[in-house]
Amino acid sequence: MTKEFTKGNEALAYGALKAGLNAYFAYPITPSSEIPETLAKEFGSHRYPDFKVFLQAASELEAISMVIGAASTGAKVMTATSGPGFSLKQEGMSYAAAMEVPILVVNVNRAGPGLGNLGPEQSDYFQATKGGGHGGYRNIVLAPNSVQEMATFPRLAFSLAFKYRNPAVILADAFIGQLKEDITFPDIEPEKFETPWATTGARGKERHLILSLHLDFEEQNKQSEDLRRKYEKIDAAEQRAESYLTDDADVVFVAYGVVSRLCKGVVNRLRDTGVRAGLFRPITLSPFPYKQLSKLAEAKRRFEVVELNMGQMVYDVKLAVGDASRVGTIQKLGGLLPTTGEIIRRTQEMVANA
Amino acid sequence: MPRLVNARVEYEVKLGRLPTLTEKETHYCPGCEHGTLTRLIASTLDKLNLREKTVLVDSVGCSVFAHDYINTDAVQAPHGRAPAVMAGIKRVRPDLVVFAVQGDGDAVSIGLLELVNAANRGEPVTIFLVNNAIYGMTGGQMAPTTPAGMVTTTSPYGRDVSYTGQPLDASRLLASLDAPSYVRRVVLPLEPIRDTGLYSARGSLECLKVVENAFRVQLMGGFSFVEVVSTCNINWKMSVLESKKYAWEVLAKTFPPGVYKDKFGVEKV
Ligand code: SF4
Repeated sequence: MTKEFTKGNEALAYGALKAGLNAYFAYPITPSSEIPETLAKEFGSHRYPDFKVFLQAASELEAISMVIGAASTGAKVMTATSGPGFSLKQEGMSYAAAMEVPILVVNVNRAGPGLGNLGPEQSDYFQATKGGGHGGYRNIVLAPNSVQEMATFPRLAFSLAFKYRNPAVILADAFIGQLKEDITFPDIEPEKFETPWATTGARGKERHLILSLHLDFEEQNKQSEDLRRKYEKIDAAEQRAESYLTDDADVVFVAYGVVSRLCKGVVNRLRDTGVRAGLFRPITLSPFPYKQLSKLAEAKRRFEVVELNMGQMVYDVKLAVGDASRVGTIQKLGGLLPTTGEIIRRTQEMVANA
Repeated sequence: MPRLVNARVEYEVKLGRLPTLTEKETHYCPGCEHGTLTRLIASTLDKLNLREKTVLVDSVGCSVFAHDYINTDAVQAPHGRAPAVMAGIKRVRPDLVVFAVQGDGDAVSIGLLELVNAANRGEPVTIFLVNNAIYGMTGGQMAPTTPAGMVTTTSPYGRDVSYTGQPLDASRLLASLDAPSYVRRVVLPLEPIRDTGLYSARGSLECLKVVENAFRVQLMGGFSFVEVVSTCNINWKMSVLESKKYAWEVLAKTFPPGVYKDKFGVEKV
């Protein structure tokens, strides 16, 4: 276990390698390009003997379809992108969800619709957590808030993806992707997964079919109901969140990614002035940690949802809290981060108007 | 036509069922070449003893149910992306044999980027392009391969090539690249023999050889592409026999059969 001073995107690449990544299919886009660049450098090195394929594709669409093909053999496969590229990934992710092929897609969220800019935003929350592509399905979505988590989440994401045969997403943001921090890699062997469903030739066994077209309505109904039951299972077992000073809090900030770090500072400053503030940080955005949050909402407290978008997670928070009048929202757009002072001022305004 | 319909039954009585063909009756329209090509592929996989190490990648179009008839492992690709899915499989498992049957809408229109780039990287996979110059499964719309003047539901007055572009020649396009090892075009439909009322099967006999060549090229590590000029009598709004004639008289002129690339010299063996 060594301490290293590493950039978020590089940490994610090494985290994936240490998790036993077999194949990576790349299409470069800022601010996630360090991920393929790091992997390209390590490709062929003796340090990561499991890492068999690094291939740059001609488009995001081609890359995600390569991911599906490689993953259909039972391999651990990843691709990474940002905003506009994530839109193009949706086609393949819908197929992977339907065909129950475990894949890992990283989105280092940048700002704005269209091309936008390279600053951090959290506007791809809906797209990542509510399906995103055509048809009804769910991704498993993890939201790191540190370089350390960029390093450890690929392992967790693969673990969940294979356990449930489902697409997993690491939804980072441009800030965490570009941030440099000290991290440590735990010395653990990559997990091995059983993949009896894989399509690797029907040698000495029944053939396997990984399909997504069910023209018969009853058959499609069964497939969709099976998926729904799976999502319910994921929902029951995999909600993850972190609470900071929430036990006695009158006001609880709800934030993930880089914003959760800002909000921790806000909580500390408010505590210094005698305000009982706390922080609730969802680690899985899908499944959303409804259980823990509704538990917190049993006591009469206010919730301030701070997001780098026009208000997306706030809907999930309102669902969990039940009483929308106790939920406020603070937003910042365009690649900018709110300052601690700004968050405090907005909170005070909202409390005054409530 | 009864002789054509019974051909499969007679064949099976004589030779027995092929292990790589399932029991299922095909959904293809009577007279369509998809069924013939399926059989040629299955018999080749059997001949080369490849069934148990083969993965079929389903494309989108009339060939989307290919796995119902070809008895191998199969993975569905999004529309047009079969070459990318194939590349993904082959890169992590070079020991597998990977192939797809794509239509012209799938391969030459929405999936042209995936096709050209897989070819340009020389991915050792095999692609059969069934070119019947039209979108079959969606009901007969104009394809990039539709010849000038052909009436389709989205070119109801005949394709105006000055407005919509010339028919796209995938074989010539791929042959212009360095990496592909085998690019071959055949005309599969029965061929009317002039003034006799009889039909020649030389197209399917040639196609059988070409299918085997294509798999052999993959086994040698090369990218192989076979364009099979075919018919779609249903959407061409022709009788089966008229469609065969049209395929030879019009399509085969627009897309001339031949060896467009043969790096390993498999045609000569
Ligand atoms: S629609 Fe055309 S291509 Fe499709 S099965 Fe029928 S004849 Fe063949």
